[in-house]
Amino acid sequence: MFDQKSSPVLNVFCTAGYPGADSTPEVIQALQESGVDMVEIGMPYSDPLADGPVIQQVNAIALDNGMSISKLFHDLQDIRKEVHIPLMLMGYLNPVLQYGFEKFCSDAAAIGIDGLIIPDLPDYEFEKNYKQVLLKYGLDFIFLITPETSEARVRRLDSLSSGFIYAVATSSITGNENVWEDVIVYLQRIASFHLNNPVLLGFGIKDHKGFHIASKYAAGAIVGSAYIKALSGDSDIKSLTGKFVRHILGEVEAGNL
Amino acid sequence: MNGEKAANLLKEFQPDENGFYGRYGGAFIPEMLYANIEQLKSRYLDIIAGAAFKKEYFSLLKDYVGRPTPLYLAQRLSAHFGASVFLKREDLCHTGAHKINNTIGQILLAGHLGKKRIIAETGAGQHGVATATVCALKGLQCVVYMGEKDMARQAPNVARMKMLGAEVIPVMSGSKTLKDATNEAIRDWIGNAKDTYYLIGSVVGPHPYPDMVARFQSIISDEIRKQLHEQTGTSLPDYVLACVGGGSNAAGAFYHFLDDRQVQLIAVEAAGHGITSGKSAATTQLGTDGILHGSRSLVMQTEDGQVVEPHSISAGLDYPGIGPLHAHLFETGRAKFLHATDTESVAACIQLARMEGIIPALESGHALAALAQLQLKSTDKVVICLSGRGDKDMENFALEMLNT
Ligand SMILES: Cc1ncc(COP(=O)(O)O)c(C=O)c1O
Repeated sequence: MFDQKSSPVLNVFCTAGYPGADSTPEVIQALQESGVDMVEIGMPYSDPLADGPVIQQVNAIALDNGMSISKLFHDLQDIRKEVHIPLMLMGYLNPVLQYGFEKFCSDAAAIGIDGLIIPDLPDYEFEKNYKQVLLKYGLDFIFLITPETSEARVRRLDSLSSGFIYAVATSSITGNENVWEDVIVYLQRIASFHLNNPVLLGFGIKDHKGFHIASKYAAGAIVGSAYIKALSGDSDIKSLTGKFVRHILGEVEAGNL
Repeated sequence: MNGEKAANLLKEFQPDENGFYGRYGGAFIPEMLYANIEQLKSRYLDIIAGAAFKKEYFSLLKDYVGRPTPLYLAQRLSAHFGASVFLKREDLCHTGAHKINNTIGQILLAGHLGKKRIIAETGAGQHGVATATVCALKGLQCVVYMGEKDMARQAPNVARMKMLGAEVIPVMSGSKTLKDATNEAIRDWIGNAKDTYYLIGSVVGPHPYPDMVARFQSIISDEIRKQLHEQTGTSLPDYVLACVGGGSNAAGAFYHFLDDRQVQLIAVEAAGHGITSGKSAATTQLGTDGILHGSRSLVMQTEDGQVVEPHSISAGLDYPGIGPLHAHLFETGRAKFLHATDTESVAACIQLARMEGIIPALESGHALAALAQLQLKSTDKVVICLSGRGDKDMENFALEMLNT
């Protein structure tokens, strides 16, 4: 997915339908322009079990804004005219199943989506019922690992994943604090496995320090709640996004970090 | 739970190794919970079959909970409905509902797994009270998540939990009821997977919870069989009725009858203001296949797969899903699903109070209300699972009596 890239990967998460009902393409474009390497587009859900208060709240706002999978695909139908960085869809299994898993994959592939992250789709179900469909539509599928995941299981999830492996920094919901010394030990352990897929670190990464550690000990970082929070200011999406990304990349306030 | 008999009895309705009852069940959980669920899955059957576990479980049920609970032939109710109506008195359990059968089982399991901190969700507060109770009994830390709306309408139970030493955390998200309390408990568990045991209160959640909770509640039907045999010479009633929120008292009341096809199993859901009113919690009537709280089942949801906010006057039935076993019983037709409205339930509670001197919980009132919907013969034996007592609902009853 990002084979050519030798510098660290910055993957930023946004929630479809936030801040405005129709702002998703604008957010994605602003992220690309700011130098982000990949965007993870969250599909809002009424019951986001693995998410902390920040993402829960924007899920509710996005749903109130009328966001749905159908609307998202409609909003993104021309996204590939402007955006060339990888785009991932992240969401919970239930809305995807209601849409129809195969139809979902087919429509996602048609607008140029690269892969899916569905944290509550377990590996055995994936292998049995879904893997072939993803292959058919050429979509990557990313599994999560945590500090508690055994080596054997990390290897199994690596063999089922394509694109990258999503290393959850601390076993928790999104938007929590990390103990960085522990995260480094964890990433060093994962690095020693020499996995097939690059490893991106996510959950609780909110500043340049987190991004720097993720870049040094893994292939890069996924930033979610912090960006969502940054978007809630009152200036425009483009300038808020630019400022936020520069902050994560260490191009501003570097002296403080 | 009860040795070989239970194992023999249940062939068709046992979940497979991945926790599926037909299409329903499974464990749809994020990786952060994998290790915990795996540990539970690989150990629960061995632990609960162990001699030490069984000894403590059954002795606590007897000496602490007060089991067996009576199976009472309600004379005046029987005369009124023209059949023999028996009440399985789960309301007489310590803490006032069937919920404690399960919490006793799971707290012992948590002990075997070495967990020190217990979390739970609660709707009516009965499961929260039952959890706080067993935590006090075992000296374990207890945190209960409860929707803000439920805390207001079941205030006596909030006070009980606090008195028992539990921390009650109000849940403000979503509908502020049981579904959201469950989400919040799962989020806590994700963040504290190592030391925390999640003590689920119904036959819902990821495998192995539905099966585990059903086994712990199966004591209800085990006793019904024996008691009915003692009282009438036959162990098989014509009907067993129970209300269904997540479905634990129904699972327990049905369990040892599942393979006896001549016993008609009747599950009663909460219709709220009426099935088509938009304010209902009757999942089999309004739900479609979906995933909620880690298992595939019937779920009340929009076309887009967003879970809808249910409504029932009874906090314990105010849930937009049902356990996967029940979805399977519904699909296969092994159980028949009826429903009762808020008003019908309140009326049935008042009727029971005045005919038999028993004040039932609003949840149980739904099962009682369904009696009127059956075509009963005078020879029929009907067992109703009276899942809990009504003290917690007095405010609602008082309001109703003021209005009539
Ligand atoms: C008295 C009583 N009955 C029934 C229920 C519903 O739960 P279940 O369907 O799991 O038995 C509750 C839940 O709180 C309850 O308190």
